[in-house]
Amino acid sequence: MSAPLDPGAAISVRGLVKRYGDRNAVDGVDLDIRRGEIFALLGPNGAGKTTTVEILEGYRSRDGGQVQVLGADPAAGGRRWRAEIGIVLQSGAGDSQLTCLELLTAQAAYYPDPRDPAEVLELVGLTEKAGARGRSLSGGQRRRLDVALGIVGRPALLFLDEPTTGFDPEARRQFWSLIRSLRDLGTTMLLTTHYLDEAEELADRVGVITAGRLVEVAVPAELGGRGQAPAVVSWTEDGARRSQDTPTPTALVAELAARFPGEVPDLAVSRPTLEDVYLQMIGQSR
Amino acid sequence: MSAPTLPPLARVYRVRAAVELREFFRQRESVVFTLMFPVILLVVFGAVLDYQIGAGVTFTQYFMAGVIAAGILGASLQNMAIGIATERSDGTLKHLAGTPMPKSAYFIGKIAQVFAVTVATVVILLLVGVVLYGVDLPGGAQWLTFAWVALLGSAACTLLGIAVSSLAKNGRSASATVTPVALVLQFISGVFFRFDQIPTWMQTIASVFPLKWMAQGLRSVFLPDVLAAQEPAGSWELGRVALVLTAWVVVGLVLCVRTFRWRDKADG
Repeated sequence: MSAPLDPGAAISVRGLVKRYGDRNAVDGVDLDIRRGEIFALLGPNGAGKTTTVEILEGYRSRDGGQVQVLGADPAAGGRRWRAEIGIVLQSGAGDSQLTCLELLTAQAAYYPDPRDPAEVLELVGLTEKAGARGRSLSGGQRRRLDVALGIVGRPALLFLDEPTTGFDPEARRQFWSLIRSLRDLGTTMLLTTHYLDEAEELADRVGVITAGRLVEVAVPAELGGRGQAPAVVSWTEDGARRSQDTPTPTALVAELAARFPGEVPDLAVSRPTLEDVYLQMIGQSR
Repeated sequence: MSAPTLPPLARVYRVRAAVELREFFRQRESVVFTLMFPVILLVVFGAVLDYQIGAGVTFTQYFMAGVIAAGILGASLQNMAIGIATERSDGTLKHLAGTPMPKSAYFIGKIAQVFAVTVATVVILLLVGVVLYGVDLPGGAQWLTFAWVALLGSAACTLLGIAVSSLAKNGRSASATVTPVALVLQFISGVFFRFDQIPTWMQTIASVFPLKWMAQGLRSVFLPDVLAAQEPAGSWELGRVALVLTAWVVVGLVLCVRTFRWRDKADG
């Protein structure tokens, strides 16, 4: 039997189950996300990420378990509860003939204490597109508009479902700094992403979900035993590429330094990346 | 907890109405096909079918009632079916369902849109009819009949359009299904041809649907009472017009409540 729900957490989940036919798409997930935290949910397509998130957002019903989001059951969340959360859907906010500023102004009117639409445009870097219609924007601009629509209501909790898909590298960097400034304002965020560098860059903790189960929750640097994993030291000797796993890379490098007269040819020390451990984890559980 | 209060309903309703009006009138396709199409029909058919139907009345005078009924059908049923199906498949509806917007506000916005488009269509049709073809405008109490037939008809067709939108996969498939159905209904409901000259079995089919009754109710407004004798029933049957349209309002409402979805079917 798992622990009771954590009333102080932004999101608290115990034994969450969602069935499609006779398959458990979500199969007993326990999860606590603290207030003010950025939590990244990772997992391959079809692992149950979006289903889990959409249950937390109140879009889908569940077949088992307990869920509390900002102190309420999402299945029964009313308008007041909805006013506390912001949602950036994978599918975006739809096509529109309205301008960015008009869309944000309309959206702001649904909330009790919205942000200033013009300030939100500034925050997502769309100020010069304020008068452009929603459907005339490029893919990346549109995604930033989706984020703007998600935050204009001043949510305490923001869901971001694959927010940077289709961004160029520069747009992603800009987006990351936007997320950091939202964190500084105290917004709790649940992020799903396929980009492991994004999770590593932004998330306080990451959770890996595969086949409907949450297999591990950890800070990015320690996921999959990454913190204790041996380093790989590689170099070139006698015209051949050599490499060696070692828990004490400094000692090995010192030894190599003594062995070679000058620079150690092509010396490199690496540790497993988040991507390495992630791929290993989802490989094992398949 | 000193949470600020949610915005009042009336304000959200106003915002949604403004959104829906902009969405419609800024989209060239919807303005041309929904608003201007009946006007083009009036101009073309008025010029081509230039003959008397008896009692010194031109076919254009007869057609005026039909084309207004078709315009109402376009502004309500076709507009809602295609528009909402599009918004469901492109994620607009799912997005709105994730906000604290009261659900009723979405429908209030749509009703405001239908109302504005209907009024615009009717005004333009009447103007064109009068200026181009010397159509006689109804007088006095006939406007009252005009108002209730138009109101009841567009209420029924709006609700049906909302219900039909849930059957379609997306906006394009809604358009591909609804447009030909509406066209066939127009042919058999006495829009393009005199209803009494349509084969009886087609009249029977048409009698099931609201368009025939809207057209008939509007004919009572635009035609002299002596022409009521030409109707298959020998009269305008205004009581039955009211009854059938009200029945469709009820059926449409039940269908809407039972079938409306905020998400795409493919979305699970």
